[in-house]
Amino acid sequence: MAQQLRPSKPADKQSKIDWSRKQEAENFAETVKLFRQGKIDPDMFRRFRLQHGAYGTRMTDDYAMVRIKVPAGQVYPNQLEKIAQLSEMYSIGSAHFSTRENIQLHWVILEDVSEIMQSLSDVGMTSREACGNTVRNVMCSPMSGVCKDEIFDTTPYALAIARFMLRNPICQGLPRKFKFNFTCCEKHGMIRIVDVGLLPQIQEIDGEKRKGFKIFLGGGLGNRSFVGHQLEDFTPVEDLLYTSMAVIRIFDRMGDRKNLSRNRMRYLVNDLGWEKFQNLVLKERAVVKATQSVIVKLNIDDSVNEIQRPISVNDESASVPDGYARWEKTNVEKQSQSGFNSVFIGLEAGDITANQLRSVAEIIRDYSAEGFARNGFSQNIVIRYVHDDDLKSMYSRLLETGLAKTGSLTMASAVGCSGTTSCNLALTNSHRLAKEVQRKFLELNYDDDDDLKDSTVKISGCPNSCGQHQIATIGFYGGGGRHGTDMFPNYTMSLGGKFDEDAMLGHHTARVPVKRIIPVILKIIELFKENKQSDDTLAKWIDRVVSGNESSKITCVDDIKKAIAPLIVPPNIEDEPDFYMDYGSDTNYHTVTGKGECAA
Amino acid sequence: MCSMIDSDIPIINSKLLREKIQQNSIRIVDVRREQEYQQSHITNAVNLPLAKLLADDSSESIQKIAQDLGISDETPAVIYDDTFGALSSRVVWALQYIGHKDVKLLDVTFSQWKDLGYEISTEVPEIETAIHSVKINPEIMATAEYLEKVKENKNVVIIDNRERLNYLEQHIPGAINIPYRTLASDGKILRTKEGMKTLLKNRGISEDAEIITYCGSVGTLSGLAYYALKSIGVPNVKLYVHSFKEWKSLEKPIDKQENANYWDLSAE
Repeated sequence: MAQQLRPSKPADKQSKIDWSRKQEAENFAETVKLFRQGKIDPDMFRRFRLQHGAYGTRMTDDYAMVRIKVPAGQVYPNQLEKIAQLSEMYSIGSAHFSTRENIQLHWVILEDVSEIMQSLSDVGMTSREACGNTVRNVMCSPMSGVCKDEIFDTTPYALAIARFMLRNPICQGLPRKFKFNFTCCEKHGMIRIVDVGLLPQIQEIDGEKRKGFKIFLGGGLGNRSFVGHQLEDFTPVEDLLYTSMAVIRIFDRMGDRKNLSRNRMRYLVNDLGWEKFQNLVLKERAVVKATQSVIVKLNIDDSVNEIQRPISVNDESASVPDGYARWEKTNVEKQSQSGFNSVFIGLEAGDITANQLRSVAEIIRDYSAEGFARNGFSQNIVIRYVHDDDLKSMYSRLLETGLAKTGSLTMASAVGCSGTTSCNLALTNSHRLAKEVQRKFLELNYDDDDDLKDSTVKISGCPNSCGQHQIATIGFYGGGGRHGTDMFPNYTMSLGGKFDEDAMLGHHTARVPVKRIIPVILKIIELFKENKQSDDTLAKWIDRVVSGNESSKITCVDDIKKAIAPLIVPPNIEDEPDFYMDYGSDTNYHTVTGKGECAA
Repeated sequence: MCSMIDSDIPIINSKLLREKIQQNSIRIVDVRREQEYQQSHITNAVNLPLAKLLADDSSESIQKIAQDLGISDETPAVIYDDTFGALSSRVVWALQYIGHKDVKLLDVTFSQWKDLGYEISTEVPEIETAIHSVKINPEIMATAEYLEKVKENKNVVIIDNRERLNYLEQHIPGAINIPYRTLASDGKILRTKEGMKTLLKNRGISEDAEIITYCGSVGTLSGLAYYALKSIGVPNVKLYVHSFKEWKSLEKPIDKQENANYWDLSAE
């Protein structure tokens, strides 16, 4: 057996930035006590709690969800191990990766939240400003720094903005939450569906190549969704901070603080009209620049990450593990750095057990030459800088721990918000539905089907958008339906959503009872297969259908509606009692919701 | 024979045990399975697989087990396991229940003991049987009947030590949940005293309350909680040793967290 010794394993990498403040934990514990003694007004307490990253839980005041921020998605092995431990001590033994690169612990007893905050600070993490009317976790594409199509790595800028905004007085009482997304390229980020989206650009000015951004403002998903507008042709990096401050100042000053259901910045942009808003931002930026008494600068750490391939013993004669080819095809992206790969670890609707978290930490140490991981945009984890020669062995390790699910980069990895598993607003169990869809797709080998690769399925449990259904090729949001006097979970399906440079919100198509969602998706795929062109994909085909540019048997959304109509007729409850029950429930469906806290 | 530590707290520090290990007067009991014990154990330890104790936990049976292990009324005993202290807690509690006055829970597991680099052996010590009396210690035990009678009392706190999801799904009405995992700290089966006090303080649990712990079926996880409370000197703690399994079989009232599908958040 040919065994080859590799360079030595680097020391465990730890976050250079400490996002925590120890005293916040103690303060939180004290405040909870005062609240329980009735010495603090419940509304005031709620705002305080959200400011510290503890969200309410479905139908109870006893529990909270702790949302741990992971700025730019960069997460370190010791942090994952700490979260594993905390999930067993204070939560349900699993943690949840969100669509905004946070890691959440659900069903935490409110009185224990301070202990979590205390422990997080041991590994430099915080939940501060992860909820509430604040600047939420600053996202960055998980491929930033390794993407083949990127102009430069925006990670240091994302981290610098996160640092500047966290605990900044101006961000403590915004009219509503505020989101930044940085990306590497159009394909990997979601820059047009957030308040501020940033795409890296290089422009030659006076013969000098200068770094900057295309900045998109006023996008966002929700009960009403909007696609962001580009502020100007090119914003140099020196203006990143001024522009961000200007936008936040305008939103702070002019945002609607009364009407909680429509006070995200996108409504302000929509109400004023883009041109007016754009002018306001440009003027405000000039004022910000001119009136600062000292030069305020972002703290940008663009020192190069040390890339050192960990030690591993490569047994070249070892057999290729079963399923490796399919896994590699559907979970691995080649990096711009030759010989290195980014491995996407798919989770079911973002859930991971404590033991799996510990395994991921070990696998990062053993395989990633950069020594940390990135949280993805689709409830997943990305381990980067894995050498070509180590992929097979890494796959074996992932298999051992149940993390080698195929199809992470395909339609099979359906996104689902937490739904009725923990959210007060949820009408349906969207979380479980996403898992059911994924299991069905994998069973049918859809992850291996190139025609389906660039499509997505995303599911929300209510008309709000935590599941990002509007930007999915096939999206769903939950509600209730009625047949006679009997209720059943009923989702609204939208088709043709996109989040790339042609960002578009999905087209509402039909209402689909929960137990018919899988048959309806399969029917749509069948229609596509019958009518597709030779090098077509489902996403392209649906795009043509919803925009009326399809010339086959199916020419428009109404044709799809007709084709699925027989599938969505409710049966009588006596004939099919299961139809009237949501996933994960053995009793008849009825809608129950509590008070939402998205707009606290 | 000498008592190993003066304090009433029935927990012994691993370093202290190490110093005393050569004294043949101490009976160290390993409660793992027999084959695990045979592979290696703390030097001088004897084996009592927990299953043997659980098979019949009448006081006569516990008495016989103690005698067969050479534990007399005066023999200082130390118990350990490799299951985060839950199995050993249950054995310590059983011996205290029949009136043994000098039995202590080792504050580390066998794995942690090995990590410390302390002495292990494969040698099986010879055991000379001893005589042990039975002087039942009723105040450390709670029965279903007792629990039902006192659970509404203001000064009574019932603690469920199962995992969160099990608790949410069903629990004894009025019980609060402290999952057993909450009780450990890095490298030890229990929290620091300060950490344990903070936990109770945050939860609003008075150390003067009468606290009854329970878990799934045999009082292991709740046994660990029993000693976590004892470690900070909580005076009035009882173990509902037959726990939730019995409570359910007696068809006593049960509470659940309604209208939420929390199980579907688990990645198991």
